[in-house]
Amino acid sequence: MTQSPHFPAASLEAVAHPADGLLSDDLKLDRDADGNLALTSPPCPKSKAFFEQPRSNATPAIQGQASTLDAAIAKATEIFRAARHPLLGGLATDVYGMRAVMNLAESTGATIDHMNSKSSMKNILVMQNSGWFVTTLSEVKNRVDLLLVIGTDIVSYFPRFFERVIWNQEAMFTENTAEREIVYLGGRNLDTSAGVSPNGKQPDVLPCDLDRVPEVLAALRALVAGKPLKADDVAGISRTSLEKLAERLKAAEYSVIAWTGSALDFPHAELSIQNIVGVVQELNKTTRSAGLPLSGNDGDVTAYNVSTWISGYPFRNSYRRGYPDYDPYHYDTNRLLAEGEVDALVWINSFNPERLPPKHQVPTIVIGHPSMQFEQAPDVFIPIAIPGLEANGAQFRSDSSVTLPLRKLRETKLPTLSDVLSGIESALKTA
Amino acid sequence: MLIKLTGGRVYDPAHQIDGKVMDIFVRDGRIVDRPNDHESIDQEYDLRGKVVMAGAIDMHTHIGGGKVNIARLMLPEDHRSSATTHTDACRAGCGHAAPSTLNTGYRYAEMGYTAGFEPALSPVNARQSHLEMCDIPILDKGGYAMIGSDDYFLRMLAAKKDQNAINDYVAWILHASQAIGIKVVNPGGINAFKFNQRALNLDEQNVHYQVTPREVLQSLTRAVYELGIAHPLHVHGNNLGVPGNVETTLKTMGAVEGYPVHLTHIQFHSYGTEGDRKFSSGAAAVAEALNKHKNVSADVGQILFGQTVTASGDTMRQFANSGHASPNKAVLMDIECDSGCGVVPFKYKDQNFVNALQWAIGLEIFLLTEDPWRIFLTTDHPNGAPFTSYPHLIRLLMDKSFRSDMFTKLNLDAQAMSTLNSIEREYSLYEIAIMTRAGAAKLVGLHDRGHLGVGGAADITVYTDNPDREAMFSKPDYVFKDGELVVRNGEVVKVTWGSTHTVKPDFDRSIEKDLKQYFDRYHTMNMENYKVNANELEDDGRGKVIVQECKGRREKTA
Repeated sequence: MTQSPHFPAASLEAVAHPADGLLSDDLKLDRDADGNLALTSPPCPKSKAFFEQPRSNATPAIQGQASTLDAAIAKATEIFRAARHPLLGGLATDVYGMRAVMNLAESTGATIDHMNSKSSMKNILVMQNSGWFVTTLSEVKNRVDLLLVIGTDIVSYFPRFFERVIWNQEAMFTENTAEREIVYLGGRNLDTSAGVSPNGKQPDVLPCDLDRVPEVLAALRALVAGKPLKADDVAGISRTSLEKLAERLKAAEYSVIAWTGSALDFPHAELSIQNIVGVVQELNKTTRSAGLPLSGNDGDVTAYNVSTWISGYPFRNSYRRGYPDYDPYHYDTNRLLAEGEVDALVWINSFNPERLPPKHQVPTIVIGHPSMQFEQAPDVFIPIAIPGLEANGAQFRSDSSVTLPLRKLRETKLPTLSDVLSGIESALKTA
Repeated sequence: MLIKLTGGRVYDPAHQIDGKVMDIFVRDGRIVDRPNDHESIDQEYDLRGKVVMAGAIDMHTHIGGGKVNIARLMLPEDHRSSATTHTDACRAGCGHAAPSTLNTGYRYAEMGYTAGFEPALSPVNARQSHLEMCDIPILDKGGYAMIGSDDYFLRMLAAKKDQNAINDYVAWILHASQAIGIKVVNPGGINAFKFNQRALNLDEQNVHYQVTPREVLQSLTRAVYELGIAHPLHVHGNNLGVPGNVETTLKTMGAVEGYPVHLTHIQFHSYGTEGDRKFSSGAAAVAEALNKHKNVSADVGQILFGQTVTASGDTMRQFANSGHASPNKAVLMDIECDSGCGVVPFKYKDQNFVNALQWAIGLEIFLLTEDPWRIFLTTDHPNGAPFTSYPHLIRLLMDKSFRSDMFTKLNLDAQAMSTLNSIEREYSLYEIAIMTRAGAAKLVGLHDRGHLGVGGAADITVYTDNPDREAMFSKPDYVFKDGELVVRNGEVVKVTWGSTHTVKPDFDRSIEKDLKQYFDRYHTMNMENYKVNANELEDDGRGKVIVQECKGRREKTA
């Protein structure tokens, strides 16, 4: 395939993987005269696979049969017209895509929910209930002296976390970053190798079964608050270890407590996150400490930010009553599908072809990555340009404070998500 | 398209027009001279008996960016009672204290406002701020880039860098963040809090950089002046909300050594320590100082009673105030070696002594400050009250008997501590037009807005004169944005997308060499991605970027 002259051979810098929550924008790529991209540094398998993925010849399809874009949009419009309660799910896209999602949702009285909302909602519920004190990646990089990680190794979700913000060689306020202290609390069989400092210092690991993390956090919060603990151990972690940890947190100048919503996979994990937030709150009475909720994969931080500024609410938000209506329990994708409350599903998935729509019986429109393969063909499939590779856009990072520009790096004939959704919206209006 | 607005009573202080009956002509979004007789008028509005002003400009309102969106996200209870449904012109939305972007634009336009400026745009968060503000319909907007606690700047000050280098950095920030002004919040204090300092007075050193707020203010007021930026340094001072902070405020006015400075939400910085409760009004002293210092302007940040949310870059003070949160929750953040934020919901009550006195202090400042060109009408939306309360505030300023009625309902101890009831002054329509139009445009540096002269943008608001000023200013008959009718009888009839106003002063681009090194060593984002390009705002069909003129770089002044 030959590129248009807008995409000549070049060395590209300051590129980020748009579906990586940390949005590490130090990627360097080479683009050849045919527009093929090659990752030159750093070695990151996930980014290599993303930027070097072949360009697709996928076309729209109706019930698995190739069709034109116009026909696919017409069919999608028909499904919308027949639907009384459509669900716009998945929502793996960027800011521009989410703007179009919000417009279509508003016009059609649809409900919206993100594919990662089960994890993200845990954090959002805490923020809405008690608030929190949190920090961002560059603050961690320059300030952290004690990192406490709850129930995860981080690297399973964010492979470059330690390389980027813990073992960075230079920091403004840490003389020797290799002396930073790392403590893993909770979880089993974690890959703690990334927590070994460059000079070989081992991290402290206090393991426990994941479903017992809640009681360990409650105990830690009590100890930090100066309340006595009578038990000799909590979930197999000795009281003295927890007391020692509490003392280290109080002695640290800038401790950071990190977690990911998805790793805290037990019922009502939001209550445990609230205990993390409570520990930070207590520490800030005398020293400095901050939480670091890690998320942002598949554009979930983007999705809830854009939805919030346009409608007032994050996802699990609906226009079916004619105005924005938020219900974190009711508007959960799986629940809506399981209980037959929606009669059309639009599954939006720009980045990872393996994220398929949940199995269900309602008419389905998939607007997504051109390489998506289906066991059962959806009623309509419309392949779209991938933001940050084949379309311009903007994406939020895990910490929500930074939004990066996404650039179109290679030519495609595929429409953007916004083209498709606004096509459906205007077809609905003119009909 | 030639439009004639016939026979309205015009208040255009930029041209000293005080209630003169005249016609206004609009062509292609601009105000034009009376056309030749043979030219046909496409559309005429009979405005006889109506009051005509330029579109109002809110020079300090938190409408876009990280902390505003946090406020929206954390307050579903605020939105539930204020949902709006789809109309012929508008999409659905919600929000009272922290409205959605769509409702922000609709509600401002429905009060006759055509521009609003986000005063605390964190440069590292500038892209988000602009993306959000581009989703505010109808209004023009812009932002003041918030620096002064960023590590790059404090490193420069600590290293005693030359003023020209500081000026170059300030100009670079304005370009990178597509801003129209520079703001400083708790000068150096957001940074000091990251080092566990809990308070910072004007001459107190940051423990790490050994730099004082006074030095930050001197360096930045001078940079803004020397770069020729119209908007003076926008200052949220140290010690916000602390009883006795009136001393800090008076000293801050002196600290800038005659350079232009704007002290924002000055009500929150005008507290004394007199009386049994050690909390008193410093309004008289502040107003006297404002009257004396011609280089100083201020906006009030009036509080009004009810539920709202406070959103600020001042992590230090918001952390200290978070115990007063209502409902009881607060989001606080340290942000990217750049700034911070604190979002704390608040409910001001007229029977609460402190809140009642805050209300009176704000009004005292309005009424005791003589020059309406240097005092501006704000509630520091949403910190003192949501912007939708402006018509009520205007009535308080214009109607002494209404004001007295309100005053007598306050907490009695607060009444006893205030001189408000003895102040007879009532603002005139002309003075309101100065504060909310001509003065605001001049202060922000919008050369073609806030007035009704030939060549100006046709942002025009038409009211029916009504002795009940709250009713009058709540519901304009017509609002034109760039010559298009967007509001009729207080309801949006057409949705347009306004522009983003910026300044782009010249600077020495070689400073990027050092900046790039700094980013590569200490940041987690590439310098090139930190910079926001105008086309990112213009993509997706959401209005244009306008570059307002700087008067040109001045030589070093000392």
